[in-house]
This record gives sequence, C-alpha cells and structure tokens, in this order.
Amino acid sequence: MNNEKLYALTALFDTPDGIMKAADAISGQYSRFDVNTPYPVHGMDDAMKLTPSRIGYFTISIGLACMSLMLYFIFWTNNVDYPQIIGGKPFFAFPTYVPIMFEITILTGAVLSVAMMISVLFRFPNNAHPLHDSGYMKAVSSDKYGIYIEAKDSNFDYAKVESLYKELGAIEISPVYYDEEELNWTPQTWDPKFVIGTLGIAAFTSFSVYMHMNKVLFLPPFNWMMEQPRADYGEESEFFADTYSMRVAPAGTIARGFMPYTYDNPDSAAKYLSNPTVPTEENLKLGQRKFTSYCSPCHGNLAEGASRLRGQMPPGPDLRAEMYQNFEDGRFYHTITKGKGIMSGYEAQITREERWAIVNYIRTLQKAYGVPAPKEETEAVAENMDNNTEASN
Amino acid sequence: MHTESKDFDNDLRLEPPIVEGSRSLKEIDDAIIAPLNRIPNIKFWIALGFTLTLLMTGAVALGLSFYYGTGLWGNNNPVGWAFPIVNFVFWVGIGHAGTLISAILFLLRQRWRNGIARFAEAMTIFAVITALIFPLIHTGRPWVAAVYLLPYPNQHSLWVNFTSPLLWDVFAVSTYFTVSFVFWYVGLIPDFAVLRDRATGKIKKLIYSLFSLGWRFSNRHWKHYEMMYLILAGMATPLVLSVHTIVSFDFAVSILPGWHTTIFPPYFVAGAIFSGFAMVQNSLIVIRKIFDMEDLIPMRTLELMNKIILLTGMMVGYAYSMEFFIAWYSGNQPETFTFVNRAFGPYWWAYWIMFSCNVFIPQLFWFKKIRRNLFVMFIIAALVNVGMWFERFVITVTSLSRDFLPSSWAYFTPTITDFAILIGSFGLFFTLVLLFVRVLPAVSIAEIKAVTSKGQPSHAHIHISNGKSNEAH
Repeated sequence: MNNEKLYALTALFDTPDGIMKAADAISGQYSRFDVNTPYPVHGMDDAMKLTPSRIGYFTISIGLACMSLMLYFIFWTNNVDYPQIIGGKPFFAFPTYVPIMFEITILTGAVLSVAMMISVLFRFPNNAHPLHDSGYMKAVSSDKYGIYIEAKDSNFDYAKVESLYKELGAIEISPVYYDEEELNWTPQTWDPKFVIGTLGIAAFTSFSVYMHMNKVLFLPPFNWMMEQPRADYGEESEFFADTYSMRVAPAGTIARGFMPYTYDNPDSAAKYLSNPTVPTEENLKLGQRKFTSYCSPCHGNLAEGASRLRGQMPPGPDLRAEMYQNFEDGRFYHTITKGKGIMSGYEAQITREERWAIVNYIRTLQKAYGVPAPKEETEAVAENMDNNTEASN
Repeated sequence: MHTESKDFDNDLRLEPPIVEGSRSLKEIDDAIIAPLNRIPNIKFWIALGFTLTLLMTGAVALGLSFYYGTGLWGNNNPVGWAFPIVNFVFWVGIGHAGTLISAILFLLRQRWRNGIARFAEAMTIFAVITALIFPLIHTGRPWVAAVYLLPYPNQHSLWVNFTSPLLWDVFAVSTYFTVSFVFWYVGLIPDFAVLRDRATGKIKKLIYSLFSLGWRFSNRHWKHYEMMYLILAGMATPLVLSVHTIVSFDFAVSILPGWHTTIFPPYFVAGAIFSGFAMVQNSLIVIRKIFDMEDLIPMRTLELMNKIILLTGMMVGYAYSMEFFIAWYSGNQPETFTFVNRAFGPYWWAYWIMFSCNVFIPQLFWFKKIRRNLFVMFIIAALVNVGMWFERFVITVTSLSRDFLPSSWAYFTPTITDFAILIGSFGLFFTLVLLFVRVLPAVSIAEIKAVTSKGQPSHAHIHISNGKSNEAH
C-alpha cells in the first residue's frame, strides 16, 4: 500500500439532473475532471464546456484520399499495367469505376475513422486505468452518474473538492488510488512468458502453414487437377447423339480473325513455319507478359521448370535445356498452339502475334541462361517429360 | 413525461415509452444480461437442435458438392445462375433491414428502433455471411476463388476486372459486411464494459475486458463516440442503398430481356427491405418467446414493422406492375415475350407464388387486429420470405431459361442437393442468431437506458450556463 497515490476524488449522483448541475459547477473551476455516465446524457457537452467532436473532418478526408488512390489504382491496372479491351469499353471507362470508388470511400472512411478514434482519441485498448475495477466504475456502468476531479488538477484540494461534492448533493464520495509502480510498468522484451508465448505462436503458425501447403492441398478434392471429368479430343461421348465429344461449328461458320492453321505435327511446323516477328524490346515485353500469365504456372518464371502447382500437375520441363535450345521457332509455336502431352493448346487464349512473342521471349531466357545444361540432365528431363506424357494418356 | 392514461394505440402522434413497465436502470441491466448468465431453458435447446440439424444437412450437401463437383446441382446451360445466385440475392436482401433499422431509422430519430437495433444489426451480419457463401461455392472451388476475387499483385501479372458488375459486387458486399461489423462492434463496446463490471468469473471478465477495450463511460469519450455513431449511420445509409443497387447491376448491366431495365436498382432495394423486415419479424417473434423479452420488444415495435412491410410490399407490387407496363409500352418484342412468359410460361407457378405472397397477402396488414396478432403476423412474414425468395428465382431463372435463341431454351429443375444447401443456409443463419442472443446482449444496454422515462435531464436543467441549444440527439 505504500506505493498508492491519489488519482482522483469521485462523486456519484443518482439523477441526470444532479450530474448536469455538478458538471456545470465543476467545469468552471477545474480542468482535469471527467463525467462518467452509463449512456450519453443530453446537453452534457455544454455543461462540461467541451468543444464539439471534429472527427467528421478526418472521416471525409481519409475517405476522399483513399477514393483518389483507388481511382489511380484502377486507372493504372486498366490503362498502364495490363490494358485489356473488355466488352468494347474504352480503357479509361470512368463510369464503370464509380461503384468501386464509392465503396472504397465508405469502407476506408468508416474503418479508418473508427480505428483512429479508438487508438488516438481514446488511447484504447487500455485496461489498466486507475478507475477500472473501482466501486465507482461499477456504479457508473450500471445506474449511477459519476464525476471525478483528478489530483493532478492545479486547483485540487481534497477538503475543498469534498465539500463541493457534498454541496452539490452527491450520494457517495470516494477517492481512487493508483499504484505508481504498476502504472509505470513497461513490458520487458526478454520476459520468459513473452518469449515462450511468441515462440508458441511462431511454431503454431509455421506448423499450420506447412500442413496447409504440403499436406492439406494434396488431399482430395483439392488435388484433383489431373482427374477432372472432361471430354477429351477424339473421345467418344455419351452425351451427344452423334457420339462425338468434339463439337463442330455449323457449316460455313468462320470465327472472327480466324486464320487456318494447317500443320498437324510439330515436325512440319518446325520445317515450314518461320518466325515473322523481330524481337524488339516491345515484342519481348509482350512475350514476357503472356509468358508469365499463361506459361509460368507450370514452366516457372524463368522457364526453369519450377512449377507453382507443387505436384498437383507434373511440372513442365526446363525450357532452357540443350534440347530446347536446339528447337526451331516453328516447333515451339506449334506446341503453344496445339499443346503437347498434358499441356493443352493455347490457340483460343493467345493470339498469333503473342505466341510468336512468347517464342522470342523463351529464346531470350535461353540466351540469358547461356551454357546448356550437362547432357545427362537434359535427357533426364526429356525422359521425365515423356513419362508424364505417357501417364496422361 | 407520458402518463399511463394516454391512448398510445389510437393516437399516432403520441410516442409511448420505449420500455414497457417502469424498470430501473439496474433492472434493465439484469433483464438484458440474464440470458447470458443462466443456463438456457429447454426452448433454447430445442431451437438450437433444430437449426443445427438444418445446418448439418447443408454442410453434408456442400461437402458432397465439393467432392463430386457442382454437377450435383440442377444448374444447366443456359440456366447457369440457378440456386446459388438466387440464394445469394435473397440473403443479401435479408441483411438490408438490419442496416435500415440501425442506421436509417437512427437518422430519422425513430426511437422505437432502440429495442431491436442491435438484434437487427446482428441479423445483417449473419445474413451477409450466409450470402457470401453462395457466390463462392458457385465457382465450384471456393478455396481458390476466394483469393482470386481480390486485386493483389500476382505472378501471372493479372488484375481483376474492375469494369465488371460482378467485381463491383465483391467490393460492395465485402464493404457492407465490414462496415456493418464495425458499426455493430462500436455499439457493443459500452455493453462489453457493462458485462465486464458485472462479470463474476475470472475468464469471463478477461474476455469482456479485452472486447470492451477498457471503455470507461467517460463523457469525453461519449462525445466522439456519439459523433462517430452518427457518421457511421450516415455512411451506412448510402452504403445499404448502394449494395442492393450493385447486386441489381449484376442483372441490369447485362443485355438479357427481363434483366436489362433501369427500374432494377430501386426495385431491388425496396424488395430487400421488404424481405429483410419480414425476416427480422420472424426471428424477433421466436427470440422474444425463447428468451422472454416481451417487454423489451413491445408489441408496438412489431406493429410498426408490419406497417413498413405493408409499405415496401406495395412498392414491390408497383415495380412488378411497372415492369409489365414498360414491357408493353416499349414495344420491345423480346421484353414483352419475357414478361408474358414469366406470368404464363412454364414458370407460371413460381410467378404467382411470388405475386400473391408479396403483393396480396401483406395487404392484410391494413387491419389493426392482424398487425397486432403474433401468430398471424408470423405466418404473413414467413410467406413474404417465401415470396421474396421466389421473386429472385423468377428473375434469375425465367430470363435465363428462355433467352434470345430458342434452340438453347431449357427448363431448370433443382436437385435435392440444391434444396439441402438452401436449407443449410437457413440453419447457418438461425444458429448464428440463437448463439448471438445467448452470448451477447441482444438489446443495446446503453441505448435503451438513454430512452427510459427518467433517463435524460429535465429541460429546465439543460444548458444552464451558456444557453446554447443542443437538442440534436
């Protein structure tokens, strides 16, 4: 008890009128005081001579700021980073941005204002205030109206405050003390409890992430990428009356931008197809973009065969290996177009120019890699690829 | 203020006390906190058992759908948006009543809302949680889709399509959920502090202390808190209107006859409030019985809600008629065909269930006796929910099943899995509602205390010192 210091002298009132009178009287003489009521009492701000809350200015500024950022972000993704024509709209289709900008204004305005109010204006969470757990706090949280004057107030005098409270008709007057040592307690970095707790959380997080990435994702149905019920090219169909799973467009139909592709095997494509594009910087950038979008999930960002599918599909081969360094451009083009083994054709997704740009980009990656891999490794890769091809068939 | 002799029932200008009976503030605490501290009665366990059964039905159906794929559902080509989207729109709509009660009625100073606001907000949150499940499971692989909906920098250097109504929907519904949750939590902070100061067990006290953040009922805090609450209400109001507007854009921005109309946004919002109030009504009547809260949620509140159901029901009826009128007046053949097909085509039964439940049956609320009869209003509210579910079914399925190309027309038949998932969504929603009433104060303690008859200072005492008027609250 020797560390206990006086925090404040509190008084309880049992009517809203009583607390209004008290707040009005005390706000004239003291500055470090506060009123605690179980609910907001009308007119209390005036009685306490508080200025109105200006939190609304924060809300509107943060909301509008985030809205502008969002507009810039949408503009950047749609116009700069990955321009795409969607539904014939212009790249900068402002009306279609409005709904998201509106939602972002509300979202950030609400969430950030509440966060600011709680952390900056209230300095919460704070469960170590001297008033907590006092009889005073328990009374004002239920049905009494309380006021307290802090001992730190320059005009504070115990006897004077006590008599003022009595004069105002307080039903209960009690001092609240605090333990200075407890209040000044600062967290210790090497506190064993803290260290063990942190390590425990770290271990739990690592374990659960490891289990998720390496075990859970390999349980059915998450690992069914290879076993999807589907109609393959040339397979018999039970669904269609003519038993062909491959559907043929009505006679005479020509798809927009259609160009016949007459090569039915990679060898003829390799022999007769030549690359019509020049690997300029622009062309390579296009190739890089399409490669990262369509090829990198299985072949890796640098064509090194580092599949991101982590075993759910067999990895794509290392395209920098000697065997592929010696591939003709036409052979690559044919594989992208028609697919090979379990790789499906990308005729429908990637345009002709983009396919050639991808070929150019793969060439650049091969050059950057330089020296071909040792021969045994290349064969192993090729063999691996053949196995995969067989497995899929 | 008010005396018992006034005739509140017949003189609509009089506002009766919000809390029936004269309870002291301490008794209000006791009454609201009681369900949290006692072991629930048998009514609660029966109700919980029932809702958990529904939930398990849905969980099993969903598990099977994940394992075998979405082929277990009735979705076909061209009706690709079948039950999942119908259920999604239905549940998002349910949520709207909560925000309407908590935000719009707050701004309009309708004090009767105080008794039901917390509960309605909780219903909003649970309804949106339930709704969010459906677009995700509709993708077939929700564990993948949940990530791809967000614009994050990825290895494929691809972004989400910001110009698509479906992405607007992602932003609208997730914003709606977040803001409703924040609004709800801000309202709960003082109540957590009440629970903290009354808690007996050590663990209970720790939990309540954590969630109360150390709230001290300080008036210097109340000042900001009240302003923040007003701002949140002010922001939630356009938000709630925008959410169902954007949901209606999912349909209206496409070019399908029956969807491509400008009446959709207001029509959807009115429908959402209509169905939401009916659902609040249904749940309130049950919860009021289970937890014996008859005097915190008086009959007058229920009656006022019935009036709103009557009003919004007529707005929905107006929208139905206006759609028909425009279909005829525009002279657009596919449009005319679609609406005639809705009412007299293969889905005529769904259309007339919708029309009678939403337009004809709520007309019974013109009678005061019916507005104040618990059993009848429960049945009517339930029928309104049925009708509003069928409204979404009619809009989604009839337009899709007969689009421009007659060769691709097909009739949609739901499977048992579809129904099981629908039942499960009700199970999830009502389980969450029951658990909420069991573990959190279902009525806002601070708000209800502020509207008790002696809760505010008498006018003579206000502003003694500077005379500035602050009657805004």
